[in-house]
Formats: sequence, C-alpha cells, structure tokens
Amino acid sequence: MTAAVHPDRNFKYWLVAPAIFLLLLIGLFPLIYSLVVSFMRIDMMDTDTSFAGLYNYANLFKDARLWWSLAHTLLITAIALPVELLLGLAMAYLFLERMPGRQLFVALLVLPTIISPIVAGATWRLLFDNRYGPINQIVSFFAGERMDLLWTINPNLVYPAIIFCEIWQWTPFMFLILLAALSNVDKSQLEAAEIDGARFWRSFRYIVVPAIWPVMAIAILIRGLDLFRIFDIIWALTQGGPGTMTETISIYAYVQGFKQFETSYTAAIAFLVIAILTVVCTWAIRRMGLAK
Amino acid sequence: MSALPFHRRPGPRLAFRYVLATLLVIVFVFPVYWLFSISFKTPDEIFAFPPVWYPASIQFSNYRVLFKDGDAWTVWNSLVLASVSTVFAMILGTIAAYSLVRFKTGGENLAVWIISQRMMPPVAIVFPIFLLYVYLGWVDTFHGLIILYTAFSLPYVIWMMRGYIEDIPLELEESALVDGCTRWEVLWKVVLPMARSGLFATAVFTFIFAWNDFLFALVLTRTEVTTYTVQVTHYFGGQSNFWAKIAAMSVLGTIPVFFTVAIMQRYLVRGISMGAVKG
Repeated sequence: MTAAVHPDRNFKYWLVAPAIFLLLLIGLFPLIYSLVVSFMRIDMMDTDTSFAGLYNYANLFKDARLWWSLAHTLLITAIALPVELLLGLAMAYLFLERMPGRQLFVALLVLPTIISPIVAGATWRLLFDNRYGPINQIVSFFAGERMDLLWTINPNLVYPAIIFCEIWQWTPFMFLILLAALSNVDKSQLEAAEIDGARFWRSFRYIVVPAIWPVMAIAILIRGLDLFRIFDIIWALTQGGPGTMTETISIYAYVQGFKQFETSYTAAIAFLVIAILTVVCTWAIRRMGLAK
Repeated sequence: MSALPFHRRPGPRLAFRYVLATLLVIVFVFPVYWLFSISFKTPDEIFAFPPVWYPASIQFSNYRVLFKDGDAWTVWNSLVLASVSTVFAMILGTIAAYSLVRFKTGGENLAVWIISQRMMPPVAIVFPIFLLYVYLGWVDTFHGLIILYTAFSLPYVIWMMRGYIEDIPLELEESALVDGCTRWEVLWKVVLPMARSGLFATAVFTFIFAWNDFLFALVLTRTEVTTYTVQVTHYFGGQSNFWAKIAAMSVLGTIPVFFTVAIMQRYLVRGISMGAVKG
C-alpha cells in the first residue's frame, strides 16, 4: 500500500476509532451487561445481585408463554415471507418489460414501504375498524350481506389482519429489489433459450433464478430478520392481544422488561433471541452461499 | 426488439398489463389514500355509517388542533433526531469504511464483526441500554437518542460505503498524494466527491431508519423528545375517538419521508438491497 507516502501511521486507526467506540458502547456493552445480569435474580421487588447460576435460563424452558410467542413469530414469518417473495416476484415480472408510465406505477406501488411501520399499523387499524372502517364495507359488498368482523379482536381474524398489513407494507420492498435484479438478467441467454424451445418455467428455473439468487437471498435474509423482530405493526394493531394470542418474541420481551420489570429474566430472553439468530443466520448465510 | 412472436404482440398484452398494474396500484395505495382522506374529514364524516369514501371538502382543522396543542412538535423532534444522527453516522461511518477499504484495518474480522452488529434485534439490547441511559441521565434527551441512532446506523453505513469506496480507482488518490495533498484532503477532495451518489442513497436509508424507529423512542423518551411515532400511539384509546388525530399526525410524519424519497429516487435502488444490486 501507499502508507509510506505519508508518515502518519496511526491515521487509519483514528478513522475507525469513533465508530468502534460507539459500537462498543451501544452494541457490546449491553450484551456484556445482559450476560452478567442474566445470572442474577433482579426484578422489580428484589435486587439480588448474587450469582444465581442458570436459574433464569432454566425458567426459560418452563415458560410456555415464551415458546408460544416464539411460535407466533415463526407463524407470521412462515406465511408473510413466502407471500411477499412470490407476490413481489410476480409484480416485478409484470413491470419488467417497458410500458409507458411504468415509473409512475412503480413510484405509487412503493408508497407502503416508505411509511413508518407504526403508521402502517395505525392505518390498518383504521381500515379494519368493524363499524367505520372500509374493509368490512368491502367484505359485506362481496358477501352480499352485512358483515361485522372484529378484525383486531376476533381470535380467528387477528393473524390474517396482522399478516395482511405486513404483506401490504413489505411486498413492494421485495418487488423493487427483484425488479432491479431481473432487469440485470442477461437477455441474450433468455432469447437463446426461447429459440431452443424452452418454456417459461424452464428458463426461469435454470437461467433467471441462478442469476438473481445473490440479490434474492439477501432480500430474504433482510426480510426474515425483520420479521423475526416484528414489533411495531403488532403493537399498533393488537398490542399482542387478544390475551397473549399475537404476542411475538419482541412484544413478550418488551412486556417482561418494561411492564413486569423482570430485569434478569428479560436479559436471559435477550440471550436466547441472540443465540437463535446467530445460529439461524450463520446457517442461512452458508446455505445461501452468501459467505465468500 | 424486433420480430416478436405473436403472443408477445404489444396490443392486447400491454392492455392486460395495464389492467393488472392499475388493480395493484389501487390495492396498495388505497390504505394510504384512506389515511390521508381521514385527516381531511370532519368528525361527522369520519364516524359516518356506512363510511364516506372521500371528504366533502379539504379542511385542515384536524391539523390545526395538532399545531395548537403542540403535538406537531413531535414531528420536529423526529426531524432533528433523524437528521443529526444521519449526519454523524455518515461522517463516522464513511471515514471508518475508508480505513477498512484502503488500509485493510482490522482485516476481514473487523468488517464481519461490524456487520454482525446489524443482525442484533433492538429488543435484545433496548433493556440494558435503558438501564445505562438511566444511569447516565440520558433518558428523554436529544443527545441520548442521537448517539443511539448513530451507533445503530453505523454498521449499515460502513457496509454500504465500503462497497462504494472500493469502486473508486486507487490511482486518483495516489496522484492526489503525489500532488502534496494530506490524507484528510484526499478523503475530503477525492473520495467523498467520487462516492457522492452512494453517500446520498445511504444517507436516505439511515434517515428513514431513525425516522421510523418506534421501540427505542417508546422506551427512552418521556415528554421532551417524544418522536412522532410514539405520539401517534398516544392517540390509541379504548374508544376510537382520536381517529382524526391519528390520521393527521401520521400524515405529518409521512410527508417528509415522501419528499426525501421523491427527491433522492434515482439513488435508492442499490441502497435498498445493501449493495447487492450494482448500479
């Protein structure tokens, strides 16, 4: 390198120092703190800072509400992620070829993604209102009779409501990324395949998917991570209710930490979440071939 | 594009695509439309049954209430927090990225550690951060949240800027050094201008991240630096009687982002996929 040109050898460290300091303060400090606290027994009543061993971690396994919240999180992810991906892909195909006014269509379609998630949740709360919201009106129109659906209260409807909102907000994100990726696929290969008589599905499977995979994999990873920590939309729509029916892992950790003040237990939950994410991410990054 | 096969003939095919595109736009834009329309409705129109599909006239009383009560200040708070933290994150992140690219500081390990910080779910660290902030007296302060947002955006900024800086030809920097520029001058006069479009795109996403944050603001603010996202949820009640405020507040908080994105549109596609799509 050209370091010899300039004698200031510490220059490169001065450049990274502030960033690393902040990351340590905000990223590493809380982790270490949590780790220490998770081995104690601090809650609202008690500040017992003596070493309690794996007490909190043992409790994790007995806590049915925790595992349910994890199951809820996975349920939402398992439905929303594939739908967003497939719908986004279909939309990207729709707009792939030139058409006059395409930019305007794309700009309008991207609106939901630009809105803050908490506002997206609030908006759908207004839309889903059983009496003054338009959704029941539209449903009634198609059903031919008056429907009075309690979207954010009825146990059978809360998940559809949350997942609708989630899909509405984030499908455009997938769409935009996949549209960019599809536009970069080598057209000559596709034309050659068509001349050879390959049907759409074959050329999609063997030419398009491998070409867009690096981008698609990152999009899936980003959305998967975001879905795993879903909080805002649910907070706005149901606050985890009815009861604890739509409580996700983020909502549950929030409740434990800031409503019940279970300091040590919350720290243990945080570590469980980090452990799960580390394992899943490492696996996914290897599996998707994103690592170098 | 010549000699298209028959089933690719533009006429009917194009019409079909327009119909589908229009339907999609209706589905995806309708909720946004509904939000805006409620913000202009009178109470009678909001609580009409069956619902009224558009306000009879555009009237601003719902907004006037927010400004009169001072609630609209929360949008200003969001603006200050998001802009200042974006500026800091861009400065610190860009110089760090430059060091990582040009001097291979810390090698691959440091880069991986930095990006791994972005995987961290906020809920896992918000509680210890809350306790730290109570200890430091930073709860409900501007600098507290600005430092938090800056730190939280850094991995993204460093990751993105690393990609953009790698694309800058080394010869340009070397010739500037030969011409007698200091390292700082090279960074300021050569690297930053070359990476300009990347800087803009990254800044927009950094801004939006801070703008959209709800969880940190919910936990770490009380009254002084309440952000607009937290303010919106203050109107959620058992009775749905704050609809006008929810809608008007949401619109106020959405417009700045709409403008930012509209102005920066052409820079954004690469940034949205963390650099995976080149160009």
